Amino acid sequence: MEKLTREQMAERLAKDIAPGSYVNLGIGIPVLVANYLNPEDEVLLHSENGILGMGPTPAEEDVDYELINAGKQPVTLLTGGSFFHHVDSFAIMRGGHLDLCIMGGMQVSANGDLANWSLGRPGEPPAVGGAMDLAVGAKKVYILMDHNSKDGAPKILEKCTLPVTGLGVVSRIYTDIAVLEITPEGVKVIEKLVDISDEDLQARTGAPLIF
Amino acid sequence: MINKICGSVEEAVADVFDGATVLIGGFGGAGHPTELIHALIDQGARDLTVVNNNAGNFETGLAALLKADRVRKIICSFPKSSNSNVFNEKYKAGKIELECVPQGTIAERLHAAGAGLGGFYTRTSYGTDLAKGKETREINGQHYVFEYPIHGDFAFVLAEKGDRWGNLVYRKAARNFGPVMCQAAKQTIVQVKQIVELGDLDPEHIITPGIFVNRVVQVENPHISS
Repeated sequence: MEKLTREQMAERLAKDIAPGSYVNLGIGIPVLVANYLNPEDEVLLHSENGILGMGPTPAEEDVDYELINAGKQPVTLLTGGSFFHHVDSFAIMRGGHLDLCIMGGMQVSANGDLANWSLGRPGEPPAVGGAMDLAVGAKKVYILMDHNSKDGAPKILEKCTLPVTGLGVVSRIYTDIAVLEITPEGVKVIEKLVDISDEDLQARTGAPLIF
Repeated sequence: MINKICGSVEEAVADVFDGATVLIGGFGGAGHPTELIHALIDQGARDLTVVNNNAGNFETGLAALLKADRVRKIICSFPKSSNSNVFNEKYKAGKIELECVPQGTIAERLHAAGAGLGGFYTRTSYGTDLAKGKETREINGQHYVFEYPIHGDFAFVLAEKGDRWGNLVYRKAARNFGPVMCQAAKQTIVQVKQIVELGDLDPEHIITPGIFVNRVVQVENPHISS
């Protein structure tokens, strides 16, 4: 079974973003989604440091370190884009104005709890950034992550074992083998992205699946 | 005549006292008031509490202040980065206290201070380790965490242009925490790339009105780290 690459995962998720959506892309695999958006759809990207209508990476000669994204990488501004300060930027995030936020995940529970900010290791400084704000504030939260960790352990569980970022916040999970939706009844398989049996998919998942 | 213009960064930071809370603007390198911080290192104030989104990068600005052992406590959302070595060393050595606050909660706590609010309820962090011990409340079926304001004794901010009344405009994503930090401190000190005449800034475009600003000092070519 050939699992999806990061690029393919991003491409698959991008298909489900409605034209005209306001979207925040988290650091990591989520930023790859930008490469698969059709400019004519005018999906507007928000960056929490204060940008709406964020454009692609600039050419080297156009790099401006006063125009960076949340990952502190140089970006550009689309025609019609805007800048604003942090209180407004987090009003956008916390006030339910973003249609969608796409984040990476360490674990997601069957009821949509998300763990993606801390491994909970003692002695390590905690670092949360805007993850908790996005988790509770966006209209929908899609998680883009591998289905299993490197050692094969399931990342979709009955209950998160890592410190949580938010409770009951996840709408969908896009993994390297399936698309899943968190429903009141449990985790529902929307689409299998690879040639895999229901039994095998279930075996790789730490919570009961609805097919 | 109101004239908030200072002749030098040294003069601008001269009265920062030991134990002060200093709000430092910037997100990564954008908006980081490096020259004000370097002047503060030379000035010598210590036991500071610093509020910034991060905990310093490379060895300039906030990282240099940490390296000089002037900071007792840092309140930030994201201390870790690939080049936050100075903070990492101080933290591991137990030489600096960290209060990790969600980014939007830092912004709103500053806003609460600037707006004279006693605090606010937010859904952010409910049910997480960062809400442990905090007051919570259910409002219209949603769970909220109570957060207190963060008041600064001083704010260090970088802006693009300012006039002698302290009116400011910013540039691109360097605006970030500037406007809210200007509101949240007793003494707001702003380094601008250019001081302009009163009236040169279009009143429709002024982002921070001068009432929130106490001192303006010109630093034409500030260091902006990548």
